Amino acid sequence: MAGKIKLRVNEQVHEVDAAPDTPLLYVLADDLQLQGPRFGCGLAQCGSCSVLLDGAEIRSCVTPLSAVEGKSITTLEGLPAWYAKQRRLHKAPALHPVQQAMIDEQAVQCGYCFNGMIIQAAELLLQTPQPSDAEIRTAMNGHLCRCGGYPRVIKAIKRASQAMAAAIDSDREKEIAQKIGTTRAEATR
Amino acid sequence: MNEPTAFAKKESLPRREFLKAGGALVIGFSSAGFVSDALFGQGPPPQTFSKPRSGVAGPPDPKQIDTWLAIHADNTATVYIGYVELGQGSTTSLLQVSAEELDLDMSQVSTVRLDTDVTPNQGGTYSSSSIARGSPAIRTAAAEARQALLEMASKKLSVPVESLSVSKGVVSSRLGRKSVTYGELIGDRRFDLAFTGKAPLKSVTEYKLVGARPPRNDIPDKVSGKYVYLQHVRLPGMLHGRVVRPRGQGVYGAGAKVATLDENSIAHIPAARVVRKGDFVGVVAEREWDAVRAARDLKITWDMPANLPGSDGVYAAMRAEKTNDRVVLERGDVTPAFASATHVATGTYHGAYQAHAPFGPNGALADVKPDSALVICSTQDVYGTRNTLAGVLGLPAAKVRVQYYEGSGTYGHSCYDDAAQAAAILSQLAGKPVRLQFMRWDEHGWDLYGPAHVGEVRAAIDANGKIIGYQYDGWHHNWSAVETSQQLALGTPAAEWRLGAAQQVNPGCCGAMYDIPNLRLVNHQVPGLGYLKGAWLRSPLDLAFAFASEQTIDDLARQVGIDAYEFRRRNIKDERWLGVLDAAAKAANWQPAPPAANISNEKVARGRGIGLGTHLTSYGGAVAEIEVNRETGKVAVKHMYGAIDAGLAVNPAFIENQISGQLVQTASRMLHEEVTFNKTNVTSLDWNSYPILRFEECPEVTAVVVQRLDQRSTGAGEEVMAAAAGAIANAFFDATGVHITEFPLTPPRVLAAFRRS
Repeated sequence: MAGKIKLRVNEQVHEVDAAPDTPLLYVLADDLQLQGPRFGCGLAQCGSCSVLLDGAEIRSCVTPLSAVEGKSITTLEGLPAWYAKQRRLHKAPALHPVQQAMIDEQAVQCGYCFNGMIIQAAELLLQTPQPSDAEIRTAMNGHLCRCGGYPRVIKAIKRASQAMAAAIDSDREKEIAQKIGTTRAEATR
Repeated sequence: MNEPTAFAKKESLPRREFLKAGGALVIGFSSAGFVSDALFGQGPPPQTFSKPRSGVAGPPDPKQIDTWLAIHADNTATVYIGYVELGQGSTTSLLQVSAEELDLDMSQVSTVRLDTDVTPNQGGTYSSSSIARGSPAIRTAAAEARQALLEMASKKLSVPVESLSVSKGVVSSRLGRKSVTYGELIGDRRFDLAFTGKAPLKSVTEYKLVGARPPRNDIPDKVSGKYVYLQHVRLPGMLHGRVVRPRGQGVYGAGAKVATLDENSIAHIPAARVVRKGDFVGVVAEREWDAVRAARDLKITWDMPANLPGSDGVYAAMRAEKTNDRVVLERGDVTPAFASATHVATGTYHGAYQAHAPFGPNGALADVKPDSALVICSTQDVYGTRNTLAGVLGLPAAKVRVQYYEGSGTYGHSCYDDAAQAAAILSQLAGKPVRLQFMRWDEHGWDLYGPAHVGEVRAAIDANGKIIGYQYDGWHHNWSAVETSQQLALGTPAAEWRLGAAQQVNPGCCGAMYDIPNLRLVNHQVPGLGYLKGAWLRSPLDLAFAFASEQTIDDLARQVGIDAYEFRRRNIKDERWLGVLDAAAKAANWQPAPPAANISNEKVARGRGIGLGTHLTSYGGAVAEIEVNRETGKVAVKHMYGAIDAGLAVNPAFIENQISGQLVQTASRMLHEEVTFNKTNVTSLDWNSYPILRFEECPEVTAVVVQRLDQRSTGAGEEVMAAAAGAIANAFFDATGVHITEFPLTPPRVLAAFRRS
């Protein structure tokens, strides 16, 4: 029977009136009107409905609401803010580096699978910042693409990995510069 | 009529759109119109809705310039396109063509969604024809609009037209410092000009945008989650609907008959209810999960005859049918040619039924009223779908409005018409707007499959290695003409396309690329009502044709000991076929070698193959490098090289992406894809029972666009798949010395081929 369930999605708490066995996907799509996770198979076979649950990719089409209460759900829409939090950035970028890399590589055809591709790649790069070709293929193997877009997705993930490494370097430089500045200020004082 | 919204929160109207709303041509809001789901801040929106332009049902008059484009006060243009975006980039390409003739840049042009009350009727988006058949009208209309704008500018600035030039919609005269923008000249007013098609077009040497590589306008929204797919659209006050059908279609001619139906079986879901018309059964509910559960739990039994041949027996059954035969192409006389030949190659080849299996199953939204209907779906042809919907609903076509939203890549006639009809019937029965979403098993199980095929090939050469005779006999059924929803709801008898229309043996895969004096192609149409539903699946049956034909060509080359690439070069005169053959061979760094020089008995055998073929227009050449595990029978495609000559490539980058996708999809179809069925119904109903290629087995791909600035643009969305299929098959022999006569090349089939040899 239906009842109020609290969901934490993209750092916002929502109260939804739905049966606890309702798969998360239908609530994200119908009640919260999110467009990232989308219906593909309802069988956890394809990855179009992927979201991050406490930072790990899950299939929202087979995950009941009762299993996600009290946990943090991140959808494609919340990915830039999630990234900013991981990296302790003051401001969320417009796009996660994986999203930007998909644009830069013009990796998309119909794009329907890209929700899952991007979510899974974001998780991968959090766990393995510099994945090899084989690691990318293994991590992404549970995500299907009907358009045959795999080669460009692999390229885009590599590009994102490089961009993130470069960003880390620049973050460190800033940090060091800041420290030097502070030390100088202290020395002057 | 209800307003479809992407989602309610997008209802506020951006100012830019609001300003346009005062003019004759409006994107965005009006009380009778539609809410724009346009997104801003990153260039022009990919596709928005436009309000009805004349208050009457379309198609708008193609002989009016205003039908094709509008210039807005902010110096931007809306281009009205009759071809849908299917995830291949053709919409951006058509905007390139339009912007080129108008002297606008890409940030100044956008388009609207296809809508039978708004957009012109350019026919369906079939056969990779968006650029070939779509661009001429769009190009000439843009040129004619530009001419009209120059005349207006000439009057306004009091200078002769000859003194004017245009850049980014700013018309300048070289006589003094005078300029005026398109927006100032006509901004949001109608041209009211007859479209004569007589304005001069730019020459290729003047092109700045055509042939260039601007990025696709839909990709930013597709990666951010802002893109509105059909699956995201909701209507106010709607119900969620699901169809209830047997899991897996049976024989097309029989459809499915409800034997027993127990509506009380869903009494535990009080918010859901059953709706039924004839043998069409569905459920509707306010909450989607209730509809899903109700469809799952409803107790229903079906009468389905057990008279399918089964996927194992389909080839023998088709071959034994009394067929309706037609000679597709005949040149010279094959009989004496074969009699005089020094070498003859023959073979019989089988290709499985394959599914469109769009990644997101089809769906549709319908709001059917007693005297009118709105249907939102992912059809390839809004006007064609409007006509069939009108028949199903018993309404005049002009009272049915069809709007297009992109779904996932359809790659031909998947279930979009079936879904549109199902949504319309559900809405009619429920008396409310309904959003129908097919489940995965509905889409996989009730698809209009690419038909199974039997090909028998004979080819002969003379003492000089010249192909002198070629015959191809192909057996398959044709495409299905009546959708399942109509069949079930109205009892409309199943029917298929007539002989000579639709599916036929394709010369572009069967010998026509070679210089063969005596050639005969025969289409044997199997009566389709005794089989599964069929329709066009990307490069329809071409993979099967080339699989048979290109292996036969390799066979001839082997018999005379000539390298497969060299043998083809000697037998081709057409320079465009030679062009793609050379391009693919060069990309693969093909070094001539005696045929089958690679054959080894090692556990993992490596081979390479070359192939040619196309769909209807254009030219495709491919090379495949593969590995075959002799112990497990597993085939791995390691690297695919593909070249397409599609004449003038409006955007070579998009064609490269298409080639890349075609190569991977062909590898998937050659290695994995097969619709399985028993005597009663289809049994491949999801991604486990109908596997496709995954990341771990994805080949490297190399795409080559053969740019032909002097040739008219032709298709590029499916024109290298046949060549790629032939290349994979030839690589298999090159690696193993064994003919593979049936695809997909699954391990059991490969091991069986080894045992036979």
